[in-house]
Amino acid sequence: MSDVLVIGAGPAGLHAASRALDAGAEVTVLDAHDLVGGQFWRHLPDDRAAADEAQLHHGWKSFQQLRVRLEEHPRCRVLTGTEVWAIEPEEHGAAARVHALSGPSGALRREEVLLTPERLVLATGAHDRVLPFPGWDLPGVFSAGAAQALAKAERVAVGERVLVAGAGPFLLATAASLIATGATVVGVHEAAGPSALCRGWLSRPWELASSARKLTELAAYVTGHLRHRIPYVAGSAVIAAEGNGRVESVRVTRLDRDWRPVARTERDIAVDAVAVSHGFTPRLELAIAAGCAITADRFVAVDARQATTVPGVYAAGELTGIGGMALSAVEGAIAGLEAAGGVIPRQLLAERARQRAFAIRLERAHGIRPGWTDWLCDDTTICRCEDVPFGALSLTEGATQSLRAAKLSTRAGLGSCQGRTCGRTVEEILRQSPGLLGTTTTDQRPIAAPVRLGEFARE
Amino acid sequence: MHVVIVGAGIVGAACARRLAADGHDVTIVDRGGAAGGTSASGEGNLLLSDKEPGAELELAQFSARLWGELPNALAGETGRVPAIEYDAKGGLVVALTDEGAHALGQFASGQSGAGVDARPITPGEARRYEPWLSDRVTGAVFYPQDAQVQPAAATLALLESATDGGARLLQGHEVLGPLLDSAGTLTGVRTSRGQVSADRVLIAAGPWSGAVAERLGVRLPVLPRRGMILVTTRMPRRILHKVYDADYVGAVTSDDADLQVSSVVESTAAGTVLIGSSRQRTGFDDTLQVVALRRIAARAIRLFPFLADVPMMRSYGGFRPYLPDHLPVIGADPRLPGLWHATGHEGAGIGLSLGTAELVADLMAGRQCTIDPAPFAPDRPSLAPHLEAEVA
Amino acid sequence: MVSRRMPPAADPTRPPSDVPITITLDGTPYTGTAGQTLAGVLLGAGRLSWRTSPGGASRGVFCGIGVCFDCIATVNDACDVRLCQRRAVDGDRVVSQGLDAPLPLRSAGTRPAHGVADV
Repeated sequence: MSDVLVIGAGPAGLHAASRALDAGAEVTVLDAHDLVGGQFWRHLPDDRAAADEAQLHHGWKSFQQLRVRLEEHPRCRVLTGTEVWAIEPEEHGAAARVHALSGPSGALRREEVLLTPERLVLATGAHDRVLPFPGWDLPGVFSAGAAQALAKAERVAVGERVLVAGAGPFLLATAASLIATGATVVGVHEAAGPSALCRGWLSRPWELASSARKLTELAAYVTGHLRHRIPYVAGSAVIAAEGNGRVESVRVTRLDRDWRPVARTERDIAVDAVAVSHGFTPRLELAIAAGCAITADRFVAVDARQATTVPGVYAAGELTGIGGMALSAVEGAIAGLEAAGGVIPRQLLAERARQRAFAIRLERAHGIRPGWTDWLCDDTTICRCEDVPFGALSLTEGATQSLRAAKLSTRAGLGSCQGRTCGRTVEEILRQSPGLLGTTTTDQRPIAAPVRLGEFARE
Repeated sequence: MHVVIVGAGIVGAACARRLAADGHDVTIVDRGGAAGGTSASGEGNLLLSDKEPGAELELAQFSARLWGELPNALAGETGRVPAIEYDAKGGLVVALTDEGAHALGQFASGQSGAGVDARPITPGEARRYEPWLSDRVTGAVFYPQDAQVQPAAATLALLESATDGGARLLQGHEVLGPLLDSAGTLTGVRTSRGQVSADRVLIAAGPWSGAVAERLGVRLPVLPRRGMILVTTRMPRRILHKVYDADYVGAVTSDDADLQVSSVVESTAAGTVLIGSSRQRTGFDDTLQVVALRRIAARAIRLFPFLADVPMMRSYGGFRPYLPDHLPVIGADPRLPGLWHATGHEGAGIGLSLGTAELVADLMAGRQCTIDPAPFAPDRPSLAPHLEAEVA
Repeated sequence: MVSRRMPPAADPTRPPSDVPITITLDGTPYTGTAGQTLAGVLLGAGRLSWRTSPGGASRGVFCGIGVCFDCIATVNDACDVRLCQRRAVDGDRVVSQGLDAPLPLRSAGTRPAHGVADV
């Protein structure tokens, strides 16, 4: 009987664990958060569970079934509140050495957990990518993921008049969550223009017919929007947030097809909060530490069976490409079965192919376009941790083309979040000028989470 | 004279600045970006405290004087105040055992004889220098001449001065082979993007110097020794000097391949604390080793117990170039006319870079050197047996 | 006007009634309900920011999922705790961090033996 460790208890991880159990494995599921479900099913804790919580979620029933199955299965161990801080490649039999700490987040002394599983499924998901704009560091500007998490898991609305902006269907989900939490959504501003949306979503419509679940989810959002009369503006972005000590208004503008602001189309809208997301960045640090190859478009490279380039290590979900819950679930199922030595039914492979086609549309319609940097000013904060402005990163020809040296000399990406928030943006700016050489990226973080010296020190 | 410098790290940058100032036509080539290798992976130590009397200490003393003058010199050369975070904060070396205190005292007295300002102080005095220091300290020596610099920033500032002085920087140009004339003299290098002809080729490629030398046709036994450093989150400044445990003294020149750890703890201008360091001969393997981190952390907590509650947010490692006799190699290589070396500074390259550049400039000009260059010569007796196996 | 928590009575998802808990931020009490994170309690009570960035700007919650570290503060003497990830416990003492972040003084023998350094 093989033993399988699944890191990440979102849709991909939960499905991986469940299918690995089906195939007879001993399964451990581990997640840094103290509840399973990941960001997609982020929910109220048991002592505050709402009677009608399902209305905040899609696939809530199947989540509950998965969760109960894993919690009650004799071959399954669920370790929540357990944060992996380092992974070492392992040469002798195990897939990797996984160093984790278990306990309340940020507590002084958490308990050490060392795991050396035969098989490892990485399902660490993704987080919002928010493109900076002047004023994005004012209190009251949130990532859309924050607005979602606070609505679903706290029943807190980030403001009363909230504008949702960025790119992708996640904006619709965020708006829906905000409305369900009593906020007024004053508008959803999608950066992709009508033509990109048509190209992405309306070409080859027969392909979409098979992504029924996803369409139902989207349709629910759209009808919700109609009911609440929320303006949905395509080809539009927030290019500034203003206010005295907190956001009081935002400036929106029309964008051209490359996401460049169109002159003289600005208008100001009074808000008390903004929720912004321009897509998602996969959380790659553990995969990189485990030695997995990364693709040119910065996801974990996997084969048809979700196997990475490291023997015994599999990856599933947003780590391998941004495609939403349904794709994550089927990838997780395949990875879990494969890790446990099970047989993969053809329908799973077919389902994955359908969902991947959907993911391609998503990127085609909503993918970030290069013109957005035009809305930056020299004093726009890029690195929020270290307060590094755009001007400090506009390096001239002849400046160092080493990402590492550029980071060290500007301090961009060196703060507490270790470039998770600004890293891709810093790279994009430096690639424009002076250009970057070498294979180093901001995704490399051998220390995957902060850990107090006393928690791991040993003579 | 046209000089090609291979490597845009701190040694290459310092040499480029100095040679450009002498009027040479300087081209720096680097296969990657400037300051992207070893110079961006260390603490930025400018130390006398860890060196025993001898040639390396002499070079360090010479360099320390130059570092003290550098901020003003760079400001004059470039018209900008360099943000290199030079800080002559002094080093405090402490022992935590009675034997350690005794050995440290003897070591320091030898250094005093060689002109190092080494001041033995009591444990109580040490805790006045460093209020958060462990109360288990048994002995301490304060070294006012130890200093610190932000090594990547310093490298870039030296390069900027060099290019302002006429040097040319070619990033992304990897040296593939030599250009030779009919007499076998080196006349330049062939790179991934073309050819650069030169009267002199100076290898300053740190731990990769051996590979570059091999491509040019000679053997140079420079090996990488891996060092790892932990970085904490920002905090109010609580560590005021560079603080080491006395074990550091022995680790620098040891030939032991196994993991060695000694504690080096200091605050940076940004408010983080750097904690080093381990030394290990693992080739160019850069995988994280948790066992090394554990030991570095444990040593640091012995020195500063408050660090136990402080989060580490990042760890980085780098490769320190060393030669079998643990001295840098500086000067003309008699085996291949036109070839010069400035490499092999192990963990001390940041500190020794400025003195190295002076030696290179003086040797190339045929001037009298400020300190004796013979111990660093490529044909020195201690290195000779290791050079015998010619590659080309 | 501000961020706020939906009152259970008005909440269509029908959560249970509140079990009030009180935490302090720099000595000021904030009341939330059991099961919230520290960030949730603060935002739910209309408090948007608490940390000061190195450049002097105000920071509160940004990503809400433990990624951005904007919301870190010292909790019960442990520095750099992500408030969006930490479940609130009645009586938790949160102290904001900034340029003069408070020191964790828990470990024995770590207090300065003397006053200010004399060098």
